[in-house]
Order: sequence, then structure tokens, then C-alpha cells
Amino acid sequence: MSAVQYSDVIRQRFRNPRFRGRLADANLSFEDVNPLCGDRIAIEGRMEGGRLAEARHHGDCCAICGASADLLVEIGLGRSAEELGRIQPGDLLERLEADIRPTRLKCVTLPLTVLHGALAGKEVAR
Amino acid sequence: MTLGELCRPDFPILARPVHGRSLVYLDSGASSQKPRQVLEAMQRYYERSNANVHRSIHTLGEEATEQYEAARDAVRAFVSARHRQEIVFTRGTTDGINIIAATIGRTLRPGDEVIVSEMEHHSNLIPWQMACRDRGATLRVIPLQDAAYLDMAAYARLLGPRTRLVAVAHISNVLGTINPVAEIVRRARDVGALTLLDGAQAAPHLPLDLATLGCDFYVFSGHKMLGPTGIGVLYGRRETLETLEPGVGGSEMIKEVWLDHAQWNDLPWRFEPGTPPIAEAVGLHAAVDYLDKLGMERVSAHERDLTRRCLDALTAVPGVTVYGPRNPEIKGAVVAFNVEGLHPHDGAALLDQSGVAVRAGHHCAQPLARRLGISGTLRASFSVYNTAADVERLAEAVAGLRDQL
Repeated sequence: MSAVQYSDVIRQRFRNPRFRGRLADANLSFEDVNPLCGDRIAIEGRMEGGRLAEARHHGDCCAICGASADLLVEIGLGRSAEELGRIQPGDLLERLEADIRPTRLKCVTLPLTVLHGALAGKEVAR
Repeated sequence: MTLGELCRPDFPILARPVHGRSLVYLDSGASSQKPRQVLEAMQRYYERSNANVHRSIHTLGEEATEQYEAARDAVRAFVSARHRQEIVFTRGTTDGINIIAATIGRTLRPGDEVIVSEMEHHSNLIPWQMACRDRGATLRVIPLQDAAYLDMAAYARLLGPRTRLVAVAHISNVLGTINPVAEIVRRARDVGALTLLDGAQAAPHLPLDLATLGCDFYVFSGHKMLGPTGIGVLYGRRETLETLEPGVGGSEMIKEVWLDHAQWNDLPWRFEPGTPPIAEAVGLHAAVDYLDKLGMERVSAHERDLTRRCLDALTAVPGVTVYGPRNPEIKGAVVAFNVEGLHPHDGAALLDQSGVAVRAGHHCAQPLARRLGISGTLRASFSVYNTAADVERLAEAVAGLRDQL
């Protein structure tokens, strides 16, 4: 294997997440749980002019899931709903720079499921 | 030589390295490793005697039947049951509970009550939820006391004329609590309720005397007690089993069949539809022989010693919280713990990098985790082949965990 399971990216995002927290004026939010491990993560965002202006994540999850959520918010900012909907697990995996085992893949994809859930139905009209 | 050192050479898998380190296997509560004696017995069965049981009129069929039924006798002796008819082979603990829940469930009426506890594995909760839901019966729950024990006063209050069955774990798979099952059974019988004990975490670790214990049902799995996967045991008190209609139909469980009805077979086959796990029974027999040879009192003392060492070592690590009883005399071979600021799955993945295999998560006991206010834990569990050195490797690796993330 070329990469380690807990890459510097994951460790840094775990120690110093850039987008962890809550958003008081969110108009987009969704929460989901990983039935395998009970991890729970929520994403709150604010769409402005059709683009994701701000977003935060919070929940009870492992370092891989938390790092994935943090990266997802980072790459999602400024994108339109349609562009956000096109983000794939591969986009996150590439940026995590880690050897993610099949058993932990869901940790990476859970935040994406949450974001797509928020876009699909949980949008709150302002 | 300690028991662990004595047993280790019998377990070929323990010789393999993991991530460049010698394997420290501390996940026997999920599934134990198998000694050479078990592997060879199954291999021998497949190479020499493999055939279907009970109706084959040829040498192999007779040998297979003989070995299958000999396994039943060995298990009967192992758990000190009175009669061989009381030993039903299943696919595992979950299967055993579901067989009884389906069978008893059909007799539940609105207003009837089934009692479980807050520390149950999902396998001893969901089947009762389903049975109660289907029949309009009520599920009552014995709460936890001091985050480690069953509240026995609350249990006494829950029992009553509506109680049909009490289903609790002998040993909690998370807390390790050895529940006062003799008292639980006695009190249930006082109100005329049936009892089922989930022995998945107890049968591999404690001497059992089911005839004296007096429970109606006791269930456990082969693969947690050095045997193969795919086989478990449902012990049913003969007087109780005789009153039950089988819940699952098929061949083997019948005596005579007509197009519109059938007559059930005798015990225990009445509850064993279809071709049973024959090679697995042979393997379980070898596992039971292995444990018998060591002596369950000795196995139990050995694991108590490891549990004591593990509790001492882990509580000495800064930031570690240990769950369940602190007294190894009332704790099974299971130690659940958390490291402050570290998710259990990250902890387990990092320990794996050190060659240490532990379990992480809610351990199929989500209501318990919720009650403890956590999403999950790390869990070290022991078997005959573990040593004090294994516990030291664990403690050393746990102490270094927080620096790695």
C-alpha cells in the first residue's frame, strides 16, 4: 500500500477541523447515521444566490468521517446545488490521501450522503 | 506455565503476524480462534465420514449420524443437562433465541408481558420486540443500576401474573456483568414465567450446571467457544420443550407426513428441521472436549486473572474510561473502555496497526450504549489462549493511541 490509513490530512482535520460547528442561519440541513457503527453526522449550510455560501458539520463520528465532512464543506463552498450533487466519493478519497479500507469507506461517504440528503429534500425556504 | 502459554501452540492462527507484529487477538467475545484439535476433527470428518445423518443406510451415513449424536452427548455433559433430548443444535445463539421467540410468540396474547433487560444484545431484544408486536403483548425492560448491574428490585416489581417469559443475558457482552441468573430464574418461576438465558458470553468461560440452574432455555454459539461458526446450542428443559409446537418446519422434525398434516418427531429432532450442521457439530464436540480437558473452573480462573490485569492496566492509562463492574469476580472475560477524545473505530484501527485486535462500536447493544451516553466503546475480550503479555501489549498500545491522531 502506498498511503497510510490515517494520513496527515485526516490527522490535521481531526485535530483542527476548519468547518466543525453549527450554523445559526442555515437554510439547508440534514443528518444521517451509519448503521454499521452508529456514527451520526449533520451538515448545516446556507445557500445564497443559488450557491453554498457557508456550511458547518457536527456530530459524533470517527476521525475519517469528520475529516471527510470537513473536506466536503471546503470543496462544496461556492458551488451550486447541481455542482454539489455531482461530488463523488472519489473526490473525497483523493483529497484524504489515505489508504481507506473497505470497512471504513462508509465513514468517508456518510457526509456526502448527508449533503445530498440535504439538497434533495431538506432545503428550508428563506 | 500459565494456561494461556499452555494453550497457545494449539492455535495455529496465533502464529501469524499482523502489520509486522505478532498477533494479539483480543476479540474472542466476537468469535474465538480454533485449536488444531477442532480443525483436524472437522477435516477428518469430511475426509472419512461425510454424509447426511439419520436416514442414510450406508456406512458413511451411520458414521456421520454417530458422530453428530455423539456431539450432542458431549454438549449435554458439558452443560450438565439431564437429558440428551434437551440439547437442540441450531445455527447459533441468535437462531436459538429466534426459534423460541417464534414458538412462544405464537402463544402470546394481548396483555401478556415479556421481560428483557437494558443490557441485552440486539439478538435477545429484537426477536422479543417482534413477537410482542405481532401478538399485541408488552415488552418490559429491567433497567440498569449504577451503569453496570441489573436493577433487581425493579425486576421484582416488573414480574407478575402477566409475565410469560423473562429473557436476559447470563453475561453482558459489553459490561461483562455476570448477572444473578439463579435468582432471576427462581423469581420468574415463582410467578409461573418461562426463562431464557443468553449464554453466548458465558458458555465459553464458566462451568455450567443447567439442570440445577433450572432455566427453561439456555442458548449459546459454537464459534465463541473454540468451535466452528454455523452451529449453536439451544438447551430446553425437557418438560418445557415437550409442550412446545415447533416454529420451523421441514424434514427431520417430523415423524410421519400426510399431504395436509404431519406428526412431529421426538425431541430434540422436532426442533432441528433440515440437514443439520454435521461437520460443525463434530467440530463443536472437539471444542467441548478441549475445554473439558482444561477444566472450566481453570479456564474461568485464568480469564478472571486476565480481566483483573486488564482492568488494572487500562485504568492506569490517563484518559481511559472503563465500563461495567470493576470487580473481576463478577465480570466475564470482557473489558469495554474508551479513550478520551478518540472515537472507538479510530482506536481499533490504530490498535490493529500494532497487531492488537479488539472490537469497537456499540457491540450490537445500542440501547445500552445510549443508556451509558456513548456511541460505542473499544472492547477487549479473552479466551484460553490469551496471556498476561497480551494484556501488556494492549495497555502499551492504548497508552500510545492519542499521540497517533
